[in-house]
Amino acid sequence: MPVKTTENGEFKPLIVAFCCNWCSYAGADLAGTSRLSYPADVKIIRVPCSCRVNPLFILRAFQRGADGVIICGCHPGDCHYTTGNYYARRRMTLLFSMLDYLGIERKRTRVEWVSAAEGVRFSEVMNDFAKHITELGENKKLEDLRCKKSLD
Amino acid sequence: MHRIGVFVCWCGTNIAATVDVKAVAEAARKEPGVVFATDYQYMCSEAGQALIRQAIKDNALTGVVICSCSPRMHEATFRKTVQAAGLNPYMLEIANIREQCSWIHKDIKEGTEKAIILARTAIAKVMLNKPLTAGESAVTKRALVIGGGIAGIQSALDIAEAGYEVDIVEKQPTIGGKMTQIDKTFPTLDCAACILTPKMVDAAQNEKIKIFSYSQVEEVKGFVGSFKAKIRKKARFVDENLCTGCGDCTSKCPSKKNKNEFNLGLDNRPAIYIPFAQAVPKVAVIDAEACIKKKTGKCGLCEKVCSAGAIKYDQQDEIIEREYGAIVVATGFNPIKLDKYDEYAYSQSPDVVTSLELERLMNAAGPTQGTLLRPSDGTHPHTIVFIQCVGSRCDDARGKSYCSKICCMYTAKHAMLIREKYPDTDVHVFYIDVRTPGKNFDEFYRRAVEQYGVDYIKGMVGKVIPHDGKLLVQGSDLISNEQVKIDADMVVLAAAIEPDPTARSVATMLTASIDTNDFFTEAHPKLRPVESPTAGVFLSGVCQGPKDIPETVAQASACAAKVIGLLAKDKLLSNPCVARADESLCSGCSVCQNVCPYGAITYEDREFRIPGPKRSEIRRVAQVNEAVCQGCGACTVACPSGAMDLKGFSTKQIMAEVDAICR
Repeated sequence: MPVKTTENGEFKPLIVAFCCNWCSYAGADLAGTSRLSYPADVKIIRVPCSCRVNPLFILRAFQRGADGVIICGCHPGDCHYTTGNYYARRRMTLLFSMLDYLGIERKRTRVEWVSAAEGVRFSEVMNDFAKHITELGENKKLEDLRCKKSLD
Repeated sequence: MHRIGVFVCWCGTNIAATVDVKAVAEAARKEPGVVFATDYQYMCSEAGQALIRQAIKDNALTGVVICSCSPRMHEATFRKTVQAAGLNPYMLEIANIREQCSWIHKDIKEGTEKAIILARTAIAKVMLNKPLTAGESAVTKRALVIGGGIAGIQSALDIAEAGYEVDIVEKQPTIGGKMTQIDKTFPTLDCAACILTPKMVDAAQNEKIKIFSYSQVEEVKGFVGSFKAKIRKKARFVDENLCTGCGDCTSKCPSKKNKNEFNLGLDNRPAIYIPFAQAVPKVAVIDAEACIKKKTGKCGLCEKVCSAGAIKYDQQDEIIEREYGAIVVATGFNPIKLDKYDEYAYSQSPDVVTSLELERLMNAAGPTQGTLLRPSDGTHPHTIVFIQCVGSRCDDARGKSYCSKICCMYTAKHAMLIREKYPDTDVHVFYIDVRTPGKNFDEFYRRAVEQYGVDYIKGMVGKVIPHDGKLLVQGSDLISNEQVKIDADMVVLAAAIEPDPTARSVATMLTASIDTNDFFTEAHPKLRPVESPTAGVFLSGVCQGPKDIPETVAQASACAAKVIGLLAKDKLLSNPCVARADESLCSGCSVCQNVCPYGAITYEDREFRIPGPKRSEIRRVAQVNEAVCQGCGACTVACPSGAMDLKGFSTKQIMAEVDAICR
């Protein structure tokens, strides 16, 4: 399992961000080029479109110990593939509505729209989400018991 | 057996300052499957690329991970590098440790830790990469230009000049666009028609250019190099090939009281009309809603007077299908509607006009033959007030947040022309700021103030009150901090400009993106300003953002250069990262077909071996047309059987990335 504490014992969340290639990943690049910082806890996975994000990926991340998962896509109406982000929105709404039932706090997930021109917004979104997840604390509800066993 | 090589770039100090690159290489070396790891100052340099090529050969690498800048920056560069060393170009992954790591984290420990995780994520992914081959597609050597204003005409002329065919599709009965309505152009004050109409004629006479006027693009399918468009040629009830443009029909038409769109409704036109004298094509058009023959079946005067026999009352819309290699968007702009600006009395008094209406009132081909007269009573105005930024730089929902860019200059032009022609007329201009960047622009504005004595008042107008045939303008002067009241004969509003209302539907049709104001988004604001992010779609003129005529023409030519560059190619390489159905898992349920935005999925009957006496069965399975699929991945998630996968972003690859991050 990942190490989630700093040397002084502070909680460091593990956050997985799925970013679409055309808007949000470019927005993240722009945040970088503009030197707009956000916590190193956020690790980005590039996908062609937010509609490529299978709900399975999110559950897998939580299962493997992620504390928060964020999905970023183009603003509604701006999808490079016309309708991909609408699919993502619907799928995520459905998935999120079932998370509590699955044993994951609903608040650990979020969908945000960030365009390629919104470096500032990308950094703000990530700062806010990381702060929010830090406050929520470690994701203990869904643990892969097999992993735990092998550690013992 | 995987033999992965990891190359960590310093990017000078861009990465090395906040990431311990040697530690990253060291950590990568310990990952399973990695047989080689190193660091170098500039991986993208020729020496860096040589290092990669050499390492691939020396270590018989099967996959390469480069920890460097964003893949959006150098993925293409490094694909070529690994290909040159004999590896499939898609056996490469890039860990973005600059934009998404070193540039945003200050602490070297934190940066290094994250870079190591990003590196191992890329390693986990590259282990599952499969060699991919880009398909080749042919390029149709013809361009489509949507919009026949100055932007579209200039792009078309330049493309045709290079020897390629161009179609211009214009929704109005004539090409020329907004520039045809303008009287003079700033800052030279040359006559707009004199510089535009020769270009319109050039376009019409160029054998490479085909003009579809009074037509609209209804559907675009396909992709860069081979777009298929459906063009609706609206019935104009006049045979284009027979009409000589003599105008006999227009003078005889008894239905005369129809708003003349060309003069913005300031005068009337007959039901059969030619928009203006220099129209291209110079062919009459019948307004079916105004035509007595079309409405009641009686009349038919135009048919009787037409010596060419061109009138065809039963003409129908025609659908034309054409193929193109590239598409230029030149949909242009419109001034915003002012019905929400009651304070300026635009809908209450005919003497409150927009700047474009003023152009018509000052144009020799306009309703007043160029004599400036008040629309209400036809008298000469003695005091004229211009109000700037009506709807531009506006915070509320009525207007636009952006600066329309052209208004300061055209108002200076109007003021100057009026003072030149009617020295006894007082001209006042209310402004927020005067913005005149551009060659000879500020000199032009200063001439209006200093030489022509135009009264510029910094401040906004609160209200325009029509009274006794005059207009009381109440505003404030922010410099003297006083209220100003002017009894004006005419008020001219510099209305904001906005993209043509068709912009949104055109963008949707082309899957090109537009911003919140409906301006088309460029592929890169600085480095790719005339390309849309959608391959094969290019942007010309105001559809991309407010521009004056010189800028529009410059952009239109730049756009043409890009189109020519594309059309000059014989073959294009297609993106191999497309969807693929596993036929043994597919149940032929059609879910993927329904979510596919490109119609890339079809179904075919296939024979499968099954256990039992029947031995085989025929099953319907999904087939992806690789030339049409754009690789969004919508189908991969929709598929209930897990049969659909996306090459280059497979479920296994992304799962491996998730696992590597959460390890």
